[in-house]
Amino acid sequence: MAKRTLYDKIWDNHLIHSDNETSLIYIDRHLVHEVTSPQAFEGLRDAGRKVYAPHKTIAVPDHNVATTSDRLTNFGSEEGKIQLETLDKNAKEFGLNYYPVGDIRQGIVHIIGPEQGWTLPGMTIVCGDSHTATHGAFGALAHGIGTSEVEHVLATQTLIQQKSKNMKVEVTGALGLGVTAKDITLSIIGKTGTAGGTGHVIEYCGNAITDLSMEGRMTVCNMAIEGGARAGLIAPDEKTIEYVKGRPHSPEGEDWEKALKLWKTLYSDQGAFFDKELFLKAEDIAPVVTWGTSPEDVLSITDRVPDPNNFQGRKISAAKRSIEYMGLNPGDRLQDISIDAVFIGSCTNGRIEDLREVEKIVRGKRVKEGVRAMVVPGSGLVKKQAEEEGISATLIEAGFDWRMPGCSMCLAMNPDQLMPGERCAATSNRNFEGRQGRGGRTHLMSPAMAAAAAITGYLTDVRDL
Amino acid sequence: MDKFVKFSGIAAPMPLINIDTDMLIPKQFLKTIKRTGLGENLFFEMRYDSNGSLIKDFILNKDHYSSASIIVAGDNFGCGSSREHAPWALKDFGIKCIISTSFADIFFNNCFKNGILPIILSDDDREVLMEDANIVENSHMTIDLDNQKIIRKEGDSIDFDVDEFKKYCLLNGLDDIGLTLKNSQKIAEFEKKYSEQFSWA
Repeated sequence: MAKRTLYDKIWDNHLIHSDNETSLIYIDRHLVHEVTSPQAFEGLRDAGRKVYAPHKTIAVPDHNVATTSDRLTNFGSEEGKIQLETLDKNAKEFGLNYYPVGDIRQGIVHIIGPEQGWTLPGMTIVCGDSHTATHGAFGALAHGIGTSEVEHVLATQTLIQQKSKNMKVEVTGALGLGVTAKDITLSIIGKTGTAGGTGHVIEYCGNAITDLSMEGRMTVCNMAIEGGARAGLIAPDEKTIEYVKGRPHSPEGEDWEKALKLWKTLYSDQGAFFDKELFLKAEDIAPVVTWGTSPEDVLSITDRVPDPNNFQGRKISAAKRSIEYMGLNPGDRLQDISIDAVFIGSCTNGRIEDLREVEKIVRGKRVKEGVRAMVVPGSGLVKKQAEEEGISATLIEAGFDWRMPGCSMCLAMNPDQLMPGERCAATSNRNFEGRQGRGGRTHLMSPAMAAAAAITGYLTDVRDL
Repeated sequence: MDKFVKFSGIAAPMPLINIDTDMLIPKQFLKTIKRTGLGENLFFEMRYDSNGSLIKDFILNKDHYSSASIIVAGDNFGCGSSREHAPWALKDFGIKCIISTSFADIFFNNCFKNGILPIILSDDDREVLMEDANIVENSHMTIDLDNQKIIRKEGDSIDFDVDEFKKYCLLNGLDDIGLTLKNSQKIAEFEKKYSEQFSWA
């Protein structure tokens, strides 16, 4: 039999039929949130169609939910309220698995999927959200889809796809002190560029990847999309199995044994073909930050803002535009850049391990005066755990604002936004112009680095603290 | 969905690389529960200043280009989120075709579902059209999907590739769901076989 990659294997397991380049694949889990689904449900209703597999469909509001404690009555905006009510109505009418605001299990869709055991190795998982790639950390083929495709999956539990190419990113060696999964994933994008993975599914491998916790692996796969890839994958191992065991929707008994048998087959065969390969040494990865308005604008914290003229082609004008938007000058030391706000959270870094990292840095210190620092746990259960572990108490004591779970200032659809010109150290995934609020300036980094910035008021090398 | 027919229109040059979905349609417009009416907010932060006035220098605000139906764009157009609001806004504005060297995957697929044709060309061919678009007199182009040709003002043309199935759906204005449901027998057979091995899923 031909040697296959992990992606090939999951693909083959779900292939219903193929017609030239176009294939129909079966979908195991469909995650739905309030922003990209209303038009899809409306389409279903207009056509008199039903949800094909409501038991495989999971709905949760996250993108525009308020993160204040009065959020059951204060929605932030009338339009946002209508969208939440629309999801509520659709979830109930079509009988979906549903975690409304007020349910402790509510949270960011990509955090609660794994938490509740909906995300399992070998599955196909889709959601009308590009960061669906997160679930690839479990060895599941997971990617974002548009609203038309959401409607297609709701109606048929299948998706029309062209098979992607295979790309391997191998990271070997030991990470230095203060270097985390976020630094790995940002450094990869810094190397490949935001279009480097276009048309590919990336498999991350190497001991620096497998040494990561499941939380760290999710951070890495989460940003596969920023590298342009359709999805990111990590082969499941004992750590993966340990994580999923006993979750509310994980299989049990005979099904568990059957699942284990299949999961053991989920790896790329020795000698399987990859269309593209990238190799990184963990020792070469520093704590990094972004300086521009593209996630590929990544530099070590010890670096300086680049000179746009050192780039090539259209990147020269793009870099000039970025630097102007960011209010920086070529040659500025990154560590001299002062910040106004700190955002810790998102599907990239809103999990318990991330909050523990922050707590470690912050313990016994205070948020710099004048800096607005916000922590938004990724789910109600992450929040609860952080409170039980005393993390929230430390952070509140240090001057952080401790919020209710949601996507919050990652995309700033709810009232959590930057003001024009405000500069933010953010653990989220995109630094596009206006992403966190019109005129807002975003520097992406790890939770540890964001915590360090909160304390000093500047972009800071966490290794110096 | 309307059938995609051969059309001629004005092409607007947007050479910036990595034009992302937040530029195409910022988050405050994602709160709609409708597909329509987003055109006036396309490229919102580039088109309007903070007082809501038109920014005259922005290409789609210039007299000639305000009725553009084609965009010739820098690399990696549509990167970022899965929001289908991006192609909805483009469509509502009147854009029917985008020409670049590369597109983000999800955006690329979303275009086809909304009757918009994204065309991938070599860097050289895209530059020829970028130059055409830059000169008002040359900025008129014809898009012939059936024959897979972009016909320039002077009459010569540039060929492009397109996936056969996507082309078929665009030309015939077909609804994917309807097509897939024709395969419901195959889906049912697959599920039967699948559920034996994947009962746990």
